[in-house]
Amino acid sequence: MEFKDYYQSLGIERSAPEGEIKRAYRKLARKYHPDVSKERDASERMKAINEAYEVLKDPEKRAAYDRLGTGWQPGQDFHPPPDWDTGFEFRGSPAGGGFAGDFSDFFASLFGGATGARHRAGFQGRGEDHHARILIDLEDAFRGATRAVTLRVPELDAEGRLAVRERTLNVHIPKGIREGQVIRLAGQGSAGPQGGRAGDLYIEVAFKPHPFYRVDGRDVYMTLPVAPWEAALGATVKAPTPGGPVEVKIPPNSQSGRKLRLRGRGIPGEPPGDLYLVLEVVLPPAQTDRAKQIYQTMARELAFDPRRGLGV
Amino acid sequence: MDADIFTGILVGEQGALSLEEMVEACGAETVWVVELVEVGVLSPVGRDEAAWRFGALDLLRARRLARLARDFEASTEAAALILDLLDEIERLRARLRRAGMEID
Repeated sequence: MEFKDYYQSLGIERSAPEGEIKRAYRKLARKYHPDVSKERDASERMKAINEAYEVLKDPEKRAAYDRLGTGWQPGQDFHPPPDWDTGFEFRGSPAGGGFAGDFSDFFASLFGGATGARHRAGFQGRGEDHHARILIDLEDAFRGATRAVTLRVPELDAEGRLAVRERTLNVHIPKGIREGQVIRLAGQGSAGPQGGRAGDLYIEVAFKPHPFYRVDGRDVYMTLPVAPWEAALGATVKAPTPGGPVEVKIPPNSQSGRKLRLRGRGIPGEPPGDLYLVLEVVLPPAQTDRAKQIYQTMARELAFDPRRGLGV
Repeated sequence: MDADIFTGILVGEQGALSLEEMVEACGAETVWVVELVEVGVLSPVGRDEAAWRFGALDLLRARRLARLARDFEASTEAAALILDLLDEIERLRARLRRAGMEID
């Protein structure tokens, strides 16, 4: 496994006093918290920051970590030296139950042993629930699909230490699913202690950004480019929809921004959502003499002033 | 077993999980979930605790609030305020997206 330099993760010196660790953590949390951050790798960064803080804020864990010495480079292959943690007793689970999967193998190998007790889960006689998030294509909601979800599962090994294992599940994505819904897989969370009932797995569903569809609840929006003559005279044009291409009637005298609603062509369900096509009039470029001529004819023949309402 | 395809139960926006299931799903204590209902962060359907049914949105909100409270060492009230503001930003972003305006 890879060595983690927790001081580097928080951007502080090894000699940093406790107060500075807290300040560094808070500053980084504001920047990288996945709930508030716009940084692309926020989620990964926040995990590293949380893990570093989990160790460095706790004087005992910090002392044990410091004992590993300064000879390690981040990313270097690492195995904990035998008895490295003699004389330390780590209390409590990392940041409360349910978050253990967020920590690295490196963390689990050093501090995982103490987290195995899982008092609350043990008391209930039921394994912990797990959570995952999956990004799907909008089209999956129209047809249904099977998608792989990879989970990091903390598990106790034979010596009672916590190790993190990757587990891949193929999950059925039901037709009609919407963002903000959750798929619950009973019994796919942590195994129950002493043969108790296993926890459940909750999978949050979100859509990958699509090059031309935008989703709002069960409704889908799309910008539909039209030629000036199609908008002016009316036309029947082909438009893609997540459920397959359709023919749409453009009413005469349409302008850019006009919304055409295709009832029931949004995300399937009871009731299904609607599909909105937002018209955008696109002008042919005036690059050839012939094209320029046509524009000049329009200028001459159509008494048209788009700025009439502006009083100039 | 990885070749198996798992079919789950769809937890809709509303009315799916009991208080006990919600407590387990959040890895939290019952009093914490009840407090979130009292301060209006969660809105289950049902008249009393025994009849409460939470939806997927409640679950996602509760877990988000737990993350915010933990990572910023914030009180429930402060984390709830952050949550409301984040929701408002998301609502406004959705309006921009509907209007076809791309945001970073």
